[in-house]
Amino acid sequence: MAQIQLAVNGRSYPLDVDPQLSLLSVLRDYLDLTGSKYGCGEGVCGACTVLIDGKSQRACVTRVGAVAQKQITTIEGLAHGDELHPVQQAFLDENAMQCAFCTSGMIMSAVALLNENRRPSPAQITDFMDGNICRCGTYSRIVRAIQKAGAAMEAGKVAAR
Amino acid sequence: MTTKPEMHIPIEPERYELAASPAYHFDLDRRDFFKILGAGVLVIGVLKGVEYAQESGGSRRHREDLPNAINAWLHLGENGKVTVYTGKVEVGQNIRTSLTQAVAEELHVPLSSIELVMGDTQLVPYDMGTFGSRTTPDMNLQLRKVASAARDLLVGMAAAQWQTARERLIAADGKVTDPRTRRSIEYAALVKGQQLTQTLPAEDPLIPAAKWTVAGQSIPKVDGRDFVTGKHRFPSDQKLPEMWFGKILRPAAFGATLVSLDTHAADQMGATVVHDGNFVGVAAPTEVQAESALAAIHAEWKSAPQPSGKDLFDYLKKDTTEGHDPTGDGDRFDVGALDKAMAAADHRLQTAYTVAYIAHTPLEPRAALAKWDADSLTVWTGTQRPFGVRGQLAEAFRIPEERVRVFMPDTGAAYGGKHTGEAAIEAARLARAARRPVKLVWTREEEFTWAYFRPAGVIEVSSGVRNDGTLTAWEFHNYNSGSAGIRTYYEVPNQRIVFHPVNSPLRQGSYRALAATANHFARESHMDEVAHALKIDPFEFRMKNLKNERLRAVFEAAAKQFGWGAAKTAPGQGFGMGGGYEKLGNVATFAEVNVDRKSGDVKVVRVVSAFECGAIVNPDNLRNQIEGSNVQGLGGALFEAIEFENGKILNNRLSDYRVPRFSDLPVLETVLLDRKDLPSAGAGECPMIGLAPAIANAIFDATGVRLRSMPLVPSGLKPAA
Repeated sequence: MAQIQLAVNGRSYPLDVDPQLSLLSVLRDYLDLTGSKYGCGEGVCGACTVLIDGKSQRACVTRVGAVAQKQITTIEGLAHGDELHPVQQAFLDENAMQCAFCTSGMIMSAVALLNENRRPSPAQITDFMDGNICRCGTYSRIVRAIQKAGAAMEAGKVAAR
Repeated sequence: MTTKPEMHIPIEPERYELAASPAYHFDLDRRDFFKILGAGVLVIGVLKGVEYAQESGGSRRHREDLPNAINAWLHLGENGKVTVYTGKVEVGQNIRTSLTQAVAEELHVPLSSIELVMGDTQLVPYDMGTFGSRTTPDMNLQLRKVASAARDLLVGMAAAQWQTARERLIAADGKVTDPRTRRSIEYAALVKGQQLTQTLPAEDPLIPAAKWTVAGQSIPKVDGRDFVTGKHRFPSDQKLPEMWFGKILRPAAFGATLVSLDTHAADQMGATVVHDGNFVGVAAPTEVQAESALAAIHAEWKSAPQPSGKDLFDYLKKDTTEGHDPTGDGDRFDVGALDKAMAAADHRLQTAYTVAYIAHTPLEPRAALAKWDADSLTVWTGTQRPFGVRGQLAEAFRIPEERVRVFMPDTGAAYGGKHTGEAAIEAARLARAARRPVKLVWTREEEFTWAYFRPAGVIEVSSGVRNDGTLTAWEFHNYNSGSAGIRTYYEVPNQRIVFHPVNSPLRQGSYRALAATANHFARESHMDEVAHALKIDPFEFRMKNLKNERLRAVFEAAAKQFGWGAAKTAPGQGFGMGGGYEKLGNVATFAEVNVDRKSGDVKVVRVVSAFECGAIVNPDNLRNQIEGSNVQGLGGALFEAIEFENGKILNNRLSDYRVPRFSDLPVLETVLLDRKDLPSAGAGECPMIGLAPAIANAIFDATGVRLRSMPLVPSGLKPAA
C-alpha cells in the first residue's frame, strides 16, 4: 500500500492503494467512476480508454502508480455540466451506438484523436481507432461522428477567437 | 451445489421454447400496483386468444381474478407520467426506444413522459425472453394495443365528464380536446384520484402505419445521453454497500471433476472460500484480494479425452443422435420424388460446406451482483431471459421463484449468447457463503470458455437442374448447426431436407440468426455454383427459380443499387450475392471484394443490403441494425473460429480471437423497403444471413477459388495451387 494522489477529472483523490493496481480497477472500484469499462484486460478492446495528460491510454493495462503525477480524464469528466463535449453530442446525433458498452472508450479515443487533428481523414480515423472494438458494428457511424465532432470543435475554436 | 458447465443446452432454444406452452406468472396484485404507482389508469395487455373481462375500479379482486396471460401493462399516473412494464430487455437492439415510440404514437403523449420498466421479474409480467426477433412483431404490437386502449379509456372518461359523445373528442399531446367547445383536459387531470383497470378490447383500432407520426420516425435513442456520459450502470457496473468481489476456480478442462483441493492458504487470506461439489470460488473485499485468494488454491482435476477441433467435422458426421433420443430427432421435410428427379436431371451437383464454432463475444462479459435478505435473493445480471434465470436460481438454491428477483439493467450486448444465468448462480452461491452482496464479473477468458458457442456444422447439398436452369431436385442435410432457415425459398418440386442433431463436443446454443447463417451460406453458395456450372448469370438463375415476391423485391433492389452486371474495373475484384428470409424479414446482400493473390489478402470493399421487414418502426435504427449485422457478420464469414483441443479452448483472449475492427469496415449501403401494408417484423437477425455467401461468391468471382468453409479466409487466401 502507498499514499497516492490521483488527479481525475480536475479533482484530486488521496488514495491508499497498491501502486501495482490497474488504473481501471481504481477508477471503477475506489472512485466509483464506472464509465470506463472492462472488456478484455489486455488493452486490445479499448473499452477502458481514458486520457492521460490528453493522450489516450488503456486503463486496464496502466498501473495506477505510473499515473499519480498526471491529469486523468474519464468519460465522466468530459461534459461541462449539462453541456456535452462535441464528441459526445456527435455520437448522439449520429446514433453511433447500439449496446453502447464500447461508447465511453470510443469517445475518449476520439477526443484524443481530435485533440491532435481536427480534420482526420477516414484512413487516419481507422488507423487511430483500430484498437477500439464495437461488437455491434457501428464503426461507420462512429467515423461520421468523429468527423462531425472535429468540424464542430474547429468551428467552436474559430467562433471563440 | 454443483455447476454443470458441460451440460448441453438445447441446440436451438427457439425450436423447443417457442413450441412449449408458456408458464405465465402474475406476481403483483392490481392493488399493489396502485400502492406502488399511485392512483391513475392501468391497462393490462392480455395475450391474444385469452378470455378477458373488464374490471370496475372499485371492486376488491384477488390476483386469481386477473387475466393470467398478461405480457405487458401500462400505468398512467396523476402526474401524467406513463410507465410501461414489459419483460423484454435491452441489449443494444434499441427496443427501449422503438417500444417507447409505439406507446407515444397510440397514446398521443410526448416521448419524454414515457418510462419503460424492463426485465425486472418483480415488476414486469412474465416473458419468455428477448430472442428470435419477436419484440417488434409481438411486443411492439401489444404495446400499441395497450396504449390505444388507454387512449380510448381516457377519451371515454372525458366524454363522461363533459356529458358529450366520445366521437366528438380528440386525443392529442397528452390531452383530450373537444374541438367544438375548445374545452380540453390533460390526461393527468382525468385520472386524478382514479384507480381504473382496463384490459384490451376485442378490436384494436390501431393507427395504420401510413398515418404514423412518431412510430416510423428516426427517433434518437431515448436514453442516449446516459451512455455518452458514462452514467448508465450496466450489470458489471452495479454496486451495493458492503459488497465483496467474487472469483471462480475454473476446471482444467470441460467436464473435469475435482480430484483434490487445498484451500488452506486461501482460507488464511481473509476471503470466503466456497467448495461445494465441483464448485470452488472465493469472495473478498477487493477484486485483487479475491484474485490472490483464488491463486492460492491448489486443485487437481481429471477429465476424459474429448474431440478436438481438427477432428470436428468427421465427428459431427459420425456422431448424430438420431434414433437415440426420442426428443432430439432431426427435423425432416420431404416433397415430391427426390431420387427419381435427381436421376432425371440434366445436371447434378453435390457440394459440402462447413461452419466453425464461434463465440458471441459481447463486449460486456457475463456479470452478476447477488444479495440475500434472509432466504430471499435479488440478482442484477445481464441476460436475455430474466425469468429463465430466475427459474435457474430458484432451482439451484431450492427456493420458490417468488423469493427470487432478477433485475436486468440494459446490458452490453448478448447476440443470443446470454440466455443462461451462470454468473448469477455463481455470485449468489458466493453471496450466501459470504453473508453479504457479492459481485462477479467474468474475465474475457471465462467468457470465451465457459459461456456457449454458435454451433459448428457440416452441410451437404445436392441439386438437380434442367439445361434451361430450372431446379428440379434439392437435397440438403445439416449436421448439428441447426434447422433455422433450413428450408429453401427457391421453387423446387422435389426436395429432401434433413437436420441431423449431434451430441456437440462443445457447449452450444443460440446465436444471432441461429443456423440461418450457416444454412444460407450453404444454399446461396450452392446456387452460385450451379449457376456457374450452367454458365447462367447467378442473379438470373436465382430469379428464374424464385417466386416469393418479397424476396424478389429485395434481390432486385440490391442488384440495382449495387450495379449488378457492370464490368470489373480492377484486377482482384469480385462481385457476389446472397440472400433469403428469416424471422419475417427479407434480405439480399451484394458484396464486392478485392483479393490480392500475391499476399492472399481478402478485403471486403463494399456491401449493399436491401432489406424489408414490413412497416418500418424506426428507419435509422433499422439501418443501424443492418449495418451492424453486416459488420458483425464479417467476422464469422472471414476469420472468426473457436480453436479447441481435448476440452480446452486455445484462443480464449481477444488478442487471439479476431473480431471485426475499423480496418475491416467496408463501404456499407442500405436500401430499405418500407411495406406500410405489412405488419412490422424484427431486424436484429435476418440482415446477417446473406453476407457470408455473398463474400464467398465474390471471392470465387475474383479468383475462381471456391471456398466452402466458414470462416472463409482465417489466414488469407492460400496461393493458387
